[in-house]
Amino acid sequence: MNGMTRRRFLRQGGALLAAGSLPLSLVEIAFGKSSPENFSFAFLSDSHITHIKGKEFVRNWDRGLIRAVAETNLLDPRPDFIFYGGDIAQLGTPEEIDHGLELLGGLRGDIHYIMGEHDYYLDLGEHWRKQLGPDHYSFDHKGVHFVVLNSILTYDEWTHDKWDTPLRRMKEMARLDNPQGSPFMVGEEQRAWLRNDLAGIDKDTPIVVMSHSPLQKIYKGWNFWTEDAEQVQELLKPFTKVTVLYGHVHQIQYNQIGNISFNSAMATAWPWPYPASFTQEASYLPRLTVNMNRADPFFERDATGWQFINMHTGDVDVHYILPDNRNRVVAFNDKLGHPADTVYQPEPDRIPPQRHY
Amino acid sequence: MNTTERHALPLLITALLLAPVQAARSDDFTKADLERWKQEYMTVVDQGEKLFHGGLQSKNTVSCDQCHPDAANTHPETYPKFQQQLGRVVVLAEMVNWCIENPLESDPLALDDPRMVAIQAYITEQRRKVPLDPGEH
Repeated sequence: MNGMTRRRFLRQGGALLAAGSLPLSLVEIAFGKSSPENFSFAFLSDSHITHIKGKEFVRNWDRGLIRAVAETNLLDPRPDFIFYGGDIAQLGTPEEIDHGLELLGGLRGDIHYIMGEHDYYLDLGEHWRKQLGPDHYSFDHKGVHFVVLNSILTYDEWTHDKWDTPLRRMKEMARLDNPQGSPFMVGEEQRAWLRNDLAGIDKDTPIVVMSHSPLQKIYKGWNFWTEDAEQVQELLKPFTKVTVLYGHVHQIQYNQIGNISFNSAMATAWPWPYPASFTQEASYLPRLTVNMNRADPFFERDATGWQFINMHTGDVDVHYILPDNRNRVVAFNDKLGHPADTVYQPEPDRIPPQRHY
Repeated sequence: MNTTERHALPLLITALLLAPVQAARSDDFTKADLERWKQEYMTVVDQGEKLFHGGLQSKNTVSCDQCHPDAANTHPETYPKFQQQLGRVVVLAEMVNWCIENPLESDPLALDDPRMVAIQAYITEQRRKVPLDPGEH
């Protein structure tokens, strides 16, 4: 994307905001400011479509996804494709997944899907895979190598031996603060696949890894966590530039570990508090992250959103599209060598709702 | 029961109730008292924990913990406070009812409903040791 189109893109984003608040994230992958290979894609995540009974679904979560789809369709220029970051469903039923896919079917453009735990733990991903295909794969686009992982697996014993019924297993995993829960992991099999997938890739090729859970350890109590994060990071270490984009956390987070930049996605369904606001346990929110605004529960879509992403020179700028809040841009900062909020980074610039308690 | 017995019975009960009170001094509670009171409290906290995690049988299946894992971001220490959208100063229970009526699309509880007491007990227990900060936003 050249400078002019990028400005146009941002202006459109501003217009969208003025029109009133889309929850979506857009990411731009940058390859050198003058490179014609810069491009953008959209990133929607965590819709948690919930079946009540018959044809009834929870209206609030439906509206979040409908809004994000509508806003994504307004992006101009068009993103090259769209990622969906996982958790289409709340309890993984065919009704929920299919209803979510019906709403996502309104998107203009190709969609790449990532498996979330809410899509998986009822039937171990059977319906999801039947509708959408493999849960881990890779592809190349304009010089960037994209890898999608299923990072929400866990220990076999927990998955296969601990629970009486699939629904019980699903409900246990669906509860974020569950003391009976189990940590997410990519697992040995996929790590072997990843090692093999990356073997033929030039070390200067920008790598973008998409996963549902953060491939870093933030707070185990809510599974803002991937048990084998270090082993996955190790496989990514030889590359000059790696970006990990993830869902699950329903909040803005970003971080830099060595050569790897991390950015999270907002949910279209509902926001989550930062782990530090649970005062009884220690947590490890990346130091770099400037908190998103605290949610105003009286505004239904507040603190939800979606993102579009600009890629240039292998780096990403994540544009968070936030209803009822000023949109935020977290961009890789060349001088600092890590992602940084483009507005709020210095303490004095932060606004009262960014102080969580 | 004759008239005499009807009068005698309440007197007897009163005497029985008063007797131990007169014997014990106000600062004389025992380890057993403390344990029982704590147990009574934790029983209600546990009930609240269950209500908070789906036990309310909300009409649209949504539960409190979906937005508030470990009851985080409920900040009970800031109530009573002015809620702009409600136009007045409210206590925590009124905000809980707002959530029950809106995200949960269900019927509000009476403010002294044992379930409402239990939900507040759980929320507050999860926030223990945090200093009071009423009116804070």
